[in-house]
Amino acid sequence: MIHYARIISCYTADTSGVCSALYELGGMVVVHDASGCNSTYATHDEPRWYDMDSMIYVSALTEIDAVMGNDERFINDVCRSAEKLGPKFIAICGSPMPAMTGTDFDALASVIQSRCGIPTHPMHTNGMKSYVSGASEAFEMLARCYCGSTGNVKNAVNILGATPLDLSRQEIVDSIWAWLKKCGFEKGCCMAMGSSLDDYKTAGDARCNLVVSSSGLRAAKVLQERFGTPYVVGLPLGEEFAVALGEDIHRAVEGKTEIVSCALRGEICADCKTVVVGESVYAGSLARGIMMHTGKPVRVIHTLDAGGELIAGGDRKITDEDKLEEEFAKCSCVIADPLFKPIAPANAKFVPIPHEAFSGRCFRKNIPDLVDKKLGLEL
Amino acid sequence: MLKKAGGELTKPCGIKIAQAEFPRPFAGGLEYSPPARGDWNIVHIGLLIPQAHQIYFCAQGCLRGVVQTTAEMDAMDRLSWAYLCDEDYADGNMEQNIIDSVTQVIKRMEQRPPCILVFLSCMHLFAGVDFDIIIEELESRFAGVDFVKCYMTPTMRFSGLPPVPTMYRQMFVPLPETAKDGGVNIIGYNWAFEESCELVRIIKNSGRVLRQLPGCVSYQQYLEMAKSSLNITVIPEASAAGEELEQRLGQKHLYLPVSWDFEKIKDNYKALCRELGVEMPDFSEAENKARKALEAAAKALDGEPAAVDFTAAHKPFELCALLLDNGIGVRRIFVDVISEEDRGAFEHIKEHYPDVEIFPTADSSMRFFASADGEENRYFAIGQRAAYFCCTDYFVDMVGARGCYGFDGIVAMAEQIADAARNPKDRRTVIQHKGAGCQSCL
Repeated sequence: MIHYARIISCYTADTSGVCSALYELGGMVVVHDASGCNSTYATHDEPRWYDMDSMIYVSALTEIDAVMGNDERFINDVCRSAEKLGPKFIAICGSPMPAMTGTDFDALASVIQSRCGIPTHPMHTNGMKSYVSGASEAFEMLARCYCGSTGNVKNAVNILGATPLDLSRQEIVDSIWAWLKKCGFEKGCCMAMGSSLDDYKTAGDARCNLVVSSSGLRAAKVLQERFGTPYVVGLPLGEEFAVALGEDIHRAVEGKTEIVSCALRGEICADCKTVVVGESVYAGSLARGIMMHTGKPVRVIHTLDAGGELIAGGDRKITDEDKLEEEFAKCSCVIADPLFKPIAPANAKFVPIPHEAFSGRCFRKNIPDLVDKKLGLEL
Repeated sequence: MLKKAGGELTKPCGIKIAQAEFPRPFAGGLEYSPPARGDWNIVHIGLLIPQAHQIYFCAQGCLRGVVQTTAEMDAMDRLSWAYLCDEDYADGNMEQNIIDSVTQVIKRMEQRPPCILVFLSCMHLFAGVDFDIIIEELESRFAGVDFVKCYMTPTMRFSGLPPVPTMYRQMFVPLPETAKDGGVNIIGYNWAFEESCELVRIIKNSGRVLRQLPGCVSYQQYLEMAKSSLNITVIPEASAAGEELEQRLGQKHLYLPVSWDFEKIKDNYKALCRELGVEMPDFSEAENKARKALEAAAKALDGEPAAVDFTAAHKPFELCALLLDNGIGVRRIFVDVISEEDRGAFEHIKEHYPDVEIFPTADSSMRFFASADGEENRYFAIGQRAAYFCCTDYFVDMVGARGCYGFDGIVAMAEQIADAARNPKDRRTVIQHKGAGCQSCL
């Protein structure tokens, strides 16, 4: 299959998703890749790099180690750093070269854990999938291994799937907490911005989980399976959708069921000329927010991994530039990251909403906090 | 103030230079990436060729860095890409997929570029992709376009020529065989040397045409570098380019390495004058000016301890020796590996200044160095990494010596020290810009 682009950007990959998801939790994340390959994540995908310490490293893989299957160097280096730094857990991630040589990360994790006595988790990344895939696996691991319950249910909501790749800043997560409080809920834990690993010990006590990105969905399902916690999928973007989403959480709590609020947009005609482009939960929530605010139909073009439950009638799932350009050509209004603009038709209105996972730090300062805010978008 | 995410902050892991071993004073291991981004990468270097387009073929994770580098330079119209999926590297169609992708990209361009740099990755080389067949087919499909084999292969950095020297070599492959006009090229350096540089003055006073790639504004002007009869390189990473052009086009290669040693600088100029057949100028005035500038820099620092990192300049130990010998109190040097060219200066500092501390930059514990060492502005720094690790806003924002060459370069560097000692910079903003001197949207 050929997946090419003449002029648009690309989304960041699964390894960055893992690093971003686990950044704040006191664990050590090691990407088994060549020297220098960690600077991409640290430079473009991680706004916390300068301000908040973490333990994200690269193994500095060489060709000779890859060819000779010298896993021992990797194991020794990980154990030596772990001894020195004392992480709470270790996560090891694959990249393209180990994928080609068939490196067994399950076995490596097992050996590392037995040698240094620190819980070690294999992440099945290969650098060839999107960040959603990597972050999803990391969040699922957290839900399985580090979330617990005291048995005392609290009137709290947890936030699942928060990383700077989708939400950019802690301030936006804080806005979600403020909105949840307004909806009558206490603060649970956030997976994974602004909470510690210890906070997850009571994650199962929450009444509901709020999934704020596609990356949080797998974790929500695990917590539903483990603790029976219902979940709601959506971001409270715009005042009107914020109210509706709050009501959905109450309904989910009462009915003990999941509600994918961001996809509850009815059957939109496929020739609807306003589209929101991007990650499914953000784009779906924004589309619903705009629909409720303006009364006009809005479709979503999902450009990343999106399960069927996130896709509403009239939506399209497109990842390739030429197909996107064809789809954009039918539109009169495109709401998307600015780096999609070169393929939007000149006569269409283009509304830039930067997305860190696509345009990195280029427009970081322009990323809006639309949580529970009146949408000022002129369509 | 830094927030600690987990674990206790570890103590800095430096050693006194007296205990340091050549060439690797520190054990290898897991690597950290400090948030100082001024180094140039293969994208920045490739974009020096005017009007050239770059197309990258690699996994999504590897693409991200080059795409974002380009986006920050607002140059996305000069870069295209195709990514590899799980199923691609084993299906035997890699060559055809690359050819088809390049074809599609070109068809979607409004204007065909004169030159396309095609970058393959570690995965392609590992899979044994036949790059020659790809280029031959593309040349047959698109006559008039120069296709250049380029490599983004960090895994192979110890298997032959590393990626950056390879880039410097490959970027001159389009230069054709042509009649020579006696001109002189400076190749494999990211910035054009100014008129005040002695190197430039010697060449121009000899009556020869001087050609520098960073000064070229069109592809045609770049191609005219083929007319020169002499190529000068000033950093070791560019030597392979000089050797390739000497062999292929008969352009003499002269290696005149960046130096911070007065005698070595004069040796460079002697070699150049001999090659150009001109008399060696008298540089005593330039030498005096350099000494006075260093004296002024030392005075401006007024005994303040200084730190230098290896990204600031080629031969960081030679730079430190110059500073130490001229009264500037270098106390810390941040370096992971010591080059053979810098060995003499390393030994000099070891013997005469044994208390100077050296630190790695990529060691995993360096993640916590800045936060553990956190007293602001206790040091003066030369180089972005030194500024970051020592938490100082008083620093010279210098990467790869950035145009500083010879006595004139020492004057420029010393003046920057004197200026930076008085005028603090917004460290965080300055050091996060990629590719020092390149356009940036940040």
